[in-house]
Amino acid sequence: MATANDIPPSLSKVRHIVLVLSGKGGVGKSSITTQLALSLVQLGYSVGVLDIDLTGPSLPRMFGLESKKIHQSSQGWVPVYTDSSKRLCVMSIGFLLKDRGDSVVWRGPKKSAMIRQFVRDVVWGELDYLLIDTPPGTSDEHISIAEQLRDAHPDGAVLVTTPQAVATADVRKELSFCRKVGLDILGVVENMSGFICPHCAECSHIFSKGGGEDLAKQYDVPFLGAVPIDPRFVLLIEEQHATAASTVGEQKPDAIDGTGFSLIEKYKECKLCPIFARITEQVVALTKDKAR
Amino acid sequence: MATATTVTSAKPYNTGTIPTLAAPEPEHCPGTDSEQAGKADACEGCPNQLICASTPKGPDVDLPAIHRRMEGVRHKILVLSGKGGVGKSTFTSMLGWAFAQDTDKEVGVMDLDICGPSLPTMMGAKGEQIHMSNSGWSPVYVADNLGMMSIGFMLPNEDDAIIWRGAKKSGLIKQFLKDVDWGSLDFLVVDTPPGTSDEHLSVNQYLKDTGVDGAVLVTTPQEVALLDVRKEIDFCRKAGIKVLGLVENMSGFVCPNCSGESFIFAPTTGGGKALAADMKIPFLGSVPLDPRIGQSCDTGNSFLDEYPDSPTSKAVIKIIRQLREFIGDPVEDDEDE
Repeated sequence: MATANDIPPSLSKVRHIVLVLSGKGGVGKSSITTQLALSLVQLGYSVGVLDIDLTGPSLPRMFGLESKKIHQSSQGWVPVYTDSSKRLCVMSIGFLLKDRGDSVVWRGPKKSAMIRQFVRDVVWGELDYLLIDTPPGTSDEHISIAEQLRDAHPDGAVLVTTPQAVATADVRKELSFCRKVGLDILGVVENMSGFICPHCAECSHIFSKGGGEDLAKQYDVPFLGAVPIDPRFVLLIEEQHATAASTVGEQKPDAIDGTGFSLIEKYKECKLCPIFARITEQVVALTKDKAR
Repeated sequence: MATATTVTSAKPYNTGTIPTLAAPEPEHCPGTDSEQAGKADACEGCPNQLICASTPKGPDVDLPAIHRRMEGVRHKILVLSGKGGVGKSTFTSMLGWAFAQDTDKEVGVMDLDICGPSLPTMMGAKGEQIHMSNSGWSPVYVADNLGMMSIGFMLPNEDDAIIWRGAKKSGLIKQFLKDVDWGSLDFLVVDTPPGTSDEHLSVNQYLKDTGVDGAVLVTTPQEVALLDVRKEIDFCRKAGIKVLGLVENMSGFVCPNCSGESFIFAPTTGGGKALAADMKIPFLGSVPLDPRIGQSCDTGNSFLDEYPDSPTSKAVIKIIRQLREFIGDPVEDDEDE
């Protein structure tokens, strides 16, 4: 395997690289990545999001970009921009599939090759933050991305967990992984921390509580915050599809803008927005001094 | 090895025909066990070329051994989902406990999630270790008639990460199938990690000819999850795995305070039911969320036994009855509680 001895040119103008990791599946890595990206954009940063979950890419749906395709330019693959302001762009294998239901049945070496391409062949241009969303586990995708980014010196990883012990047990493994490959841990986010009943406003701890904070304390890493379940966030994500349905097939990058729906704007009304503003501020502060 | 010894660490396993490589597989590797191994264009200059080229090709030499082990297993059920965290392991453990309620049945549960094994915790077997004897690896028994196997039992430290690439994971899966002394089983339930990759291809490859009853797919109601499950159904079709049905988990939440029902993961596109109809597979039912499930899983108790009156338990029992009918082993009615 060819090893890189320098920063891949595709990443030379990217100021900060943050990975979003979790040993456990379905804890909200993709929704946390999405919200971090939206919050960073609100703070005025330009953000790129790379989805290396090859067998279950969720980001195209999250950003309402499912009908989009990747374009090839002379410099490489052009990521998909969410709107014409070009503050936020996304790259995912989801954009390369013929049909959204197609499965990608690949063994490790092929996944590794794809990740290599995603790191080296995408024209990210100038970015303040590149967020990398990962699949669960500590296997091919994770080893490959760590290898590919070794010389690019990523700022670190945000670990996502849900509060119950079954989830934090897997996230502990991810922590061990980060330590082994020398990836800094920016902090832990506890997702799905309580659900507020829309009928009586009583908070139920569906997946128990406090697991993420305990984990952070135990490993002496920053605890970035607890995010409750807000069913309206799911609805917000789905609403953009209802709005965009009329423009399916349209390839213009501002298709969603054209329908008057902007996730960046709408997200400001979401109750999770202020919670993420705090988490994002911490991430910004933690990455500020890191010189790449 | 005559005396029983304990498997303490994740040592390099004898992976059968998967050769020990000198370096990671390169880009466009045709697969170390393929006909083209060592001969394809991509193999030129690969440090593994000689190793791959000299490995005998053809059917896996371990398949007969797997066959022998699986001869005594009547029903094999895979639990799959493209999406993580939808409750595959929870449902697997419930299946295990429910099958084992029938004391005449012997049940095995196998955890193929190598990087994030949850079943030892969920089934109350955390900290147990696997013993090796002449006849193979002995499963860990959590009840008289309920044995289980997971990589979680092999880690010296439970926080250790298993940083393995696919080929190594496949090797361990093969060992689980070949070397674990299940004895004769009525049901073997196989829990899998999310995705459609090495683990799924390998378990299918090894078990295909031994007769798998089929796969139960688990999903949650929101479209982001359904999308991944769609891919898993596509995978099952490509791989020739029969889909026994789809279970929608976490559908709806009943507030313990006001009993008001709400959707946590809103089924904006019709949920599991619409997906099942769309993909023409049986829909087995919806399982509502009960916050006590999480607690039962963390403490390793059987939720179905602890809270038999919960709507969740009732839904699961109903699904399991249907499943047993599908695999031709229906519950006899006098066993009804």
